[in-house]
Order: sequence, then C-alpha cells, then structure tokens
Amino acid sequence: MNSTRSLWAKQYQRILILSILLLIIVALSIFIGRYPKPFWMPIQVLLEDSMAQRLVWLLRLPRILTAALLGATLAVCGTVLQMIFRNPIVEPGFLGVSQGAAFGAAVAILWLGGGRLTIELSASLFALLGLAGSFILARTIKFGGWVLRLILSGIVVSALFSSGLGVLKYLADPLTQLQEITFWLLGGLWSVTWQDLLYVAPVVVVGLLIVYLMRWRLNVLALGQDTAFSLGAETTRERLIVLIAAVSATAVLTAVSGIVGWVGLIVPQIARQMFGPNGQFSVPGSMLIGAIFGVVSDNLARTLLAGEIPLGILTSFMGALLFVVIINRSRIKLR
Amino acid sequence: MNQTMIALKNIQFHYDPGKTILNDLSLSVEKGSITAILGPNGTGKTTLLHTILGLLAPQSGEIWIAGKNISAYKRSELSQVMSLVPQSEVVPFNFKVIEYVLLGRTPQFGFLDMPSEHDVELVRDTLEMLEVQHLEQRPVTELSGGEQQMVVLARALVQEPQILLLDEPTSHLDLSNKGRLLKILQTLAQRSVTIVFSTHDPDAAAMIADHVILLKAGAVLDAGLIDQVLTSEKLTQTYGTEVKVLTIEGRLVTLLINGRFGEKEKVK
Repeated sequence: MNSTRSLWAKQYQRILILSILLLIIVALSIFIGRYPKPFWMPIQVLLEDSMAQRLVWLLRLPRILTAALLGATLAVCGTVLQMIFRNPIVEPGFLGVSQGAAFGAAVAILWLGGGRLTIELSASLFALLGLAGSFILARTIKFGGWVLRLILSGIVVSALFSSGLGVLKYLADPLTQLQEITFWLLGGLWSVTWQDLLYVAPVVVVGLLIVYLMRWRLNVLALGQDTAFSLGAETTRERLIVLIAAVSATAVLTAVSGIVGWVGLIVPQIARQMFGPNGQFSVPGSMLIGAIFGVVSDNLARTLLAGEIPLGILTSFMGALLFVVIINRSRIKLR
Repeated sequence: MNQTMIALKNIQFHYDPGKTILNDLSLSVEKGSITAILGPNGTGKTTLLHTILGLLAPQSGEIWIAGKNISAYKRSELSQVMSLVPQSEVVPFNFKVIEYVLLGRTPQFGFLDMPSEHDVELVRDTLEMLEVQHLEQRPVTELSGGEQQMVVLARALVQEPQILLLDEPTSHLDLSNKGRLLKILQTLAQRSVTIVFSTHDPDAAAMIADHVILLKAGAVLDAGLIDQVLTSEKLTQTYGTEVKVLTIEGRLVTLLINGRFGEKEKVK
C-alpha cells in the first residue's frame, strides 16, 4: 500500500476531476459564442462553414487559452503571496503590479500612439517596474519584518502609480483617450490574438513552472522565519525566486487583460478548502480552479450580451459574491 | 564518548551597536548530554539558541557544530544536524498534523522533491512514540497548547537531528504535559541526541538536565554539572532575588524566599 497515495487520495482524485473538467470546459467553450447565432455553434457549422473555422481558430481559441492562463496565473500568484506573507487575504495586485500596469497602459494610450502591442509592452514594463520598486523600497525601510516592509512599500508604490494615473486621466482627451483608458482598466480579452498569447506565454509558462516545482518549499516558507531556517530553507532567496516568478507572470498577463480583480483573492481560498493548505495540492489546485474560473467568466463576458461585458466587472461581481459565501462557511484565520 | 557537539568561543552579538546582547560568551556541550540554559527573562537565551542554530550571525567569535565550523556547513547540511523547537510556533494555515510534521522531513529530501512513503511512515512512528498518533488528521491550528508542543517536537524529531534545540519548551505546559515532555527528552538523550533547552524555570532544569549554563545579561555566569551550578548562592545572583536550593527525594528543588510578599518593605 502506497502511504503517500492513501494519505492524499482525495486530493489526487480532485486534481484529476478538475483537470478533466477543465479540458471539457475548454472544448465546449470553442462552441460557445454569438456566431452564427447567440450562445451555441452546432458542430455541423464548424465542420462546413469556413468563416466559423477562421473565427474559432483566430479569435476564440487564443482567447480561451489566454483566459485559462490568466485565471491560473492570478490564482496561483494569490496562493503564493498568501503563503509567503502568511496572510490569507493578500492578492496579486498589491506590490505595485496592477497600478503599475494601469499607469503603463495609460502612458501608451496618451503618448505612444496607443497601438495594441505598445500598450502591452508599456503595461508590462511598468508592472515589473512596480514590482521592482516595491522590492527596492522595502530594502530601504529600517523597521519591521520583511513582510511588513514589502506590504508597506507595495502600498506606497501603488499609491504613486495611481496618483500618476489620475494625472494622465486628467490630461487625456475625454472623447477618445479617456474612454480607452477606462475600458482598459475594466479588463477584458476581446482583442487577444495568437500574437499576444505567444508574447506572454514564455514568461507565464516559466513562472508557473517555477511555482509548481517549488510547491513543497512554499509550505516551509509559510512557517515562521526561525522554523523555516532550521528546516534548511534559504528563506530570503527562495521567497524572492518564487515571488518574482509568480508576480512577473501576473504582470505580463495583466498587460494583456487589463485589471481583472478578485480571482487571485478568491480562488486560493476555494483551493485551500478543497485541498487543504498543503502547497503540493493547493498550488496545482488553484491553477486548475483559476483556469476554469477564467474560461467560464470570459465565456460569459463574450456571450451574455450582444456587446462585450468587461471581464473585470464579471470577475469582481462573481468573486465578491463567492467571497461572502466562503467567509460565512469557513473559519478563515486572520492574524 | 565526550565528543563536543557544540562549542562557542568568545561570541559577541548585538542587534544595535552599543546594546550588547551576548557578551564574550563561550560554552561547550557534549554529545548526548542535556544542557539547560537558565536565566531570567530577557537575558539573551533565545538569542543564544538562534546563534547556535546559525540563524543569527555573531559580530565576532566562533561557532563549532559537531567538530566543524558552522560557516563550513551548507544550509541543507546544517538542518540535517540540528533542529529547533521554537518558543511559540504560529502556523498560519490549518495544515493537518501529519502534513505539518512531514515538513520536518524537508532537509532529508532534495530541493524540489515531495515526501515519500518512507517519510510518511517515519512521521507516523514518531507521532506514536510521542503518543499523539490520534491527532494525525486534526488541523494544527485547533490543538491545545500541550498537544501543539508535542506536534512541534515531532516535526523537529523527524529531522533526525543530532542536536535538538528547544526554546522554553515547558513554559506553556501544565504539570502532566511538562512531565511527559521532559521524560521524552531524557529518552532522546539516551539515544545520544544532544539536547539544549532554554528555560527561566530552575525546576525544569533540575528535573532532567545534567549540565546547566547560567546566563545573566548575555554572559555566562557559571556553567558545569548541575550539582555544582544549581546552588542557592548562584541562583540568587542570577535572578537577583533570594533563592534557596534544597534536595528533596534526591532531586534539587528551588524555593523562592521572598515569594510570599509578607514583608512590606519589599514592595515599593
């Protein structure tokens, strides 16, 4: 009898079920949309209609895959931050990443011509700058533990970027640029192409892989400094590696999707309820649940109404409702 | 026999220059001995343990662990030699007991490996040895103080350390749990694990320690065999209050002389 298998039998089973579920949902999503008529494309049409084939290949498929990656990345980044900061209510946006991306996007819309790729590059550049800024600032603070200093610097950097964003909004042409900024801030994947996906994929895949490989180390890093040290962890270096991997992946995806909130806060909670806090399962678990959440939300965003519903609005709405359910059901320990 | 497991030579440590915590501190601990670091609160006991562990680097002085300078160890090697039971372990998530204790196996497997069957079995054996196998599936966050201390000890033991450091291991325990814990430490020492624990309670030291290090203001006041160190005169000097050491049923027992507050002039 394999004792690790039997100890975590339920977890292995759930991972398997979620993986199958994700594959089914991705497959079904190909047929969900508003062509040729709302909500469902019969298989017959896909086989015969060349317009449908091009639409699925050029628009739906890259979009579905990006939605899955986005959900998985936001969720796993939330799990990483919550474990490393030993706090169940932090989320990927802090550490200056979201506000940095927003500022970068606005800069591109205002001054760099506002081309699709320009916005993405500028947004990811400023998102990573936000992350770096938070780390550098944290080093200069002379009091408090590592976690407190990073959180404080994240707040400062976010506030600086958001005041900068305010200035840019004020300067923007209200008829064209301001609309574009606002729409970008609401988040969405309506214009994702294979090119976008190929541009983010390397950073995202490497980031997710690093986090996945370090899923047991994360447990050690979630313990107190003295215990983690006595267990042989090079705490500062290891935390830095896993944080940078997770947050960089988030940063480049945010550059494509705009601000998509709540996934990174809510999915880790659901994953811990399903799998327990052990990173061995909560990491892949939150990736799978996040991917499902991402694809389902984006399906709703693109099919529910004739016009697109911004993804960020949907995830915030569903996330907030789910959060109420979860905090009423579970005993989340706040310290 | 009589192999030196821990040797500190002229350790000087401070967080802020000018506020010395450990002052020219030297000590040595032999293999398989039980050493109590005894002293009042705030005298540097935790700092000393963290220095031995390697978590804190002293500004000057040398630390030798199992005959090798601590700086010659890799982090992972050191964690296979030494483990720590901290004074209070705050586990932020509701890990199951068995998962939490499995974390203690981390130094024994590769950087990116997962626990194996052997690890799970070793954890189960250890929980059984500590008589807490019934807690296996319980969340760590919901244990009582005594249960949690046993589970933390289990996590430190599955590291299979040659040196076990414990920071105030009995301070949150009731009498029966205290007795159980100390008995376990004695058993471990018989299996030639070297045990060093800090305590502010001389009786806990007297119950099991064979060596005592008296610490006051970051310096060693006296160190040696328990019978020679645990005396009325030395304890009075260490704690700054009159203490009497008696021998009752073959064991040293301390008595706080002015502990009754009967004399009014003592209260100011």
